[in-house]
Amino acid sequence: MTATLAPPDDRLRPAPLLPVLRFELTKLLTQWRIRIVLLACLVAPGCFVAVVSSQSSLPTDTVFGRWMHATGWAGSLVVLAFACSWGLPLLTSLVAGDVFAAEDRLGTWRHFLVAVRSPRRIFLAKATASLGVILLMVTALCVSGTAGGLLTVGSHPLVGLDGHPLSTGDAARVVLVAWSCVLAPTLAFAAVGLLGSVVLRRSPMGLLVPALLALAMNLALVLPVPVGVRLTMPSNAFLAWRGLFNAPTQIGPLLVGIAVSLSWAVVATGAAYLLFVRRDFSDLAYDGAGRRTVATAALPLAALLAVTALAVGALVPARDSGIDEHKLEASMSTAYAHLYRLQTQVLHRPAVTESQLHTRTVCDKGGDRVADRGPGNDWRCVVSWRLPGATAVGSAIYQLDVTADGRYVADGDGPKEVNGFFPVRTPSGDAPNPLWQFDGYVDLL
Amino acid sequence: MQRTPAARARGISKYYGDVVALDGVDLDIEPGRVHGLVGPNGAGKTTLLGLLLGVATADAGTLEILGRPVGRSLAVANRVGGFIDGPGLYPSLTARQNLTALAALRGIRSGRHERVLAALEQAGLTEVADVRVRGYSLGMRQRLGLAAASLSRPRLLVLDEPTNGLDPAGKRRVHRVIEELTDDGVAVVLSSHRMDDLASVCADVSILVTGRVVFSGPLEKLAAESGEVDYRLVTSDPDRARAIAATTPGIRPVRPETGPRAGALVLRGPVPSLDVLVNRLVEAGVAVRELAPVVGPLEAAFLALTGGHADEDGAA
Repeated sequence: MTATLAPPDDRLRPAPLLPVLRFELTKLLTQWRIRIVLLACLVAPGCFVAVVSSQSSLPTDTVFGRWMHATGWAGSLVVLAFACSWGLPLLTSLVAGDVFAAEDRLGTWRHFLVAVRSPRRIFLAKATASLGVILLMVTALCVSGTAGGLLTVGSHPLVGLDGHPLSTGDAARVVLVAWSCVLAPTLAFAAVGLLGSVVLRRSPMGLLVPALLALAMNLALVLPVPVGVRLTMPSNAFLAWRGLFNAPTQIGPLLVGIAVSLSWAVVATGAAYLLFVRRDFSDLAYDGAGRRTVATAALPLAALLAVTALAVGALVPARDSGIDEHKLEASMSTAYAHLYRLQTQVLHRPAVTESQLHTRTVCDKGGDRVADRGPGNDWRCVVSWRLPGATAVGSAIYQLDVTADGRYVADGDGPKEVNGFFPVRTPSGDAPNPLWQFDGYVDLL
Repeated sequence: MQRTPAARARGISKYYGDVVALDGVDLDIEPGRVHGLVGPNGAGKTTLLGLLLGVATADAGTLEILGRPVGRSLAVANRVGGFIDGPGLYPSLTARQNLTALAALRGIRSGRHERVLAALEQAGLTEVADVRVRGYSLGMRQRLGLAAASLSRPRLLVLDEPTNGLDPAGKRRVHRVIEELTDDGVAVVLSSHRMDDLASVCADVSILVTGRVVFSGPLEKLAAESGEVDYRLVTSDPDRARAIAATTPGIRPVRPETGPRAGALVLRGPVPSLDVLVNRLVEAGVAVRELAPVVGPLEAAFLALTGGHADEDGAA
């Protein structure tokens, strides 16, 4: 018997990238877990915003929550704030944290590798597919939250975190930019998820890595850590978008946050890639991460953290919390002037501009024995202003709760005619008093 | 015309840390033949299959697949297919989706739909083609795995225990598919723990023990190396049969059977001596109800080569 072999197409030829990518997307999108989460992203935020916007009690502890009755754009921002706390890291855990581990769990690596014949293309397809699905989920959150707000409340001007009004067009633009900015830290956590999935394989710990990292970083960000340390964490970029709602825009922390997040994304993805392409798929006995592999994965991130801390430390002058009485006074004066003007409009009083008010603020933290710096709920500010043509100087007192991320809630403490009550009387009935309680944001840099 | 082996290994070694998985393995896989790999657990079968499939690289030695040397990168020629450690299917996808995606990965453009339909037909899964694989029985998954492996019309097919979990009808179907493939000139390498499985489908066999090949060649050669095997004799009068066997030249009683087969004798001797024994029993009025090897000759050879012990059910 004779036989011939080696027909013409016996060359080493990996599968084209597009079918591999399509297959990865199919695998992800046919999983019930992914489908349910995607559906929840598409439905839940809209329903939440619609329901909350229809109630008298608003989530005032969340930034922009107090404006949900006023404009539909606030609903989208409340969803964004919630998503940045836990939602987005959890999404990256569910998708990127499982994209490699799923093959280990199903025992399909060898089959898949034989079909594709290129670990590099497998990695590229898996990373791209998981990123695509995560982007789809983030888009669904954004669209749903925005649609829920706009359909329930309508498109009205939004009040920024320094009290300045944004037209509906500006609000739409800035809301979209804010959602876009959080893609950078989402990418960083997705990359960490990929790394965990490659290193820890079928272990459930791989799935939890981004969520645990987010938990640790969120805890750290609650503490009054120096600004230099705060800015080295990708989680900081989940908060920095708030600076977009000040005028002028607080762009520094946002740019640093995006740069740090992208660095994490690149380093974690690179480490995951190197570990994956070096993996020996024939070793059945090896099932999980050895100490050496875990160290190999953790070391680049630790090194990145150190390098980022050094770089940020060299660039950023603030070595303390970044919060002091001068920043608060400036922020309060600006916000108060904007909101006073808004109150004037609500009450149909003669128009006044911010510059005509000559607003000044004096802040103190905890009395004379406490240094006037750092976060805390013991800040007290007195705002003074003068109406055009009037000789008397008006003043209003606020109690401030300042958190470590620079956000503060100013709670009016009198006089009652100005900021003492939630509603104000207008010719057409009661209306929310913009000076009663408001949010502000201090530039930590 | 010189025949090119589908796979040719010389001095292949593979280590996992301090563990030697393969130690200087030589192997020739001929086209159009089924080559069985057999050995105890941990003998290196899966590692060797992994090298043939390109999911691992050897630490030493040379390996040629379809006439081309395999380098140190994880890649094999296009016309190699198969599976190790299960058929490797995605439970959230249907059989059709699994095969269609695989066909796309394999670069099958023209007639992809027809190829998938034919593969489903061959595996007997047309009726359940649009059911998610998570609802399949083990046997259905094995058949779908074989269909997936042969979808790209490979010239070398590597199968790790393809009949595992199949009922007799399922095994026959798998064996028939394998025979059809070899008739087309495909070289098939399959591993199994069961010598009876291999004996029914393989032309050649390699026996691995602790990473070394202790036998490689045609099945007939292995059977010839088995020498004398043990036979079980069941008669109407065990005591007289034992006495007659003891006086028959060339026959050595090994042991009486116990348990459910109590009363049977286990004997050893060449086939001509067994013929004489049967004649003498008949002449003495003792009815012979059964005379059969305790284990098959292939398995006997396997056990002898691997240092194992005989198992009555024929499993090694």
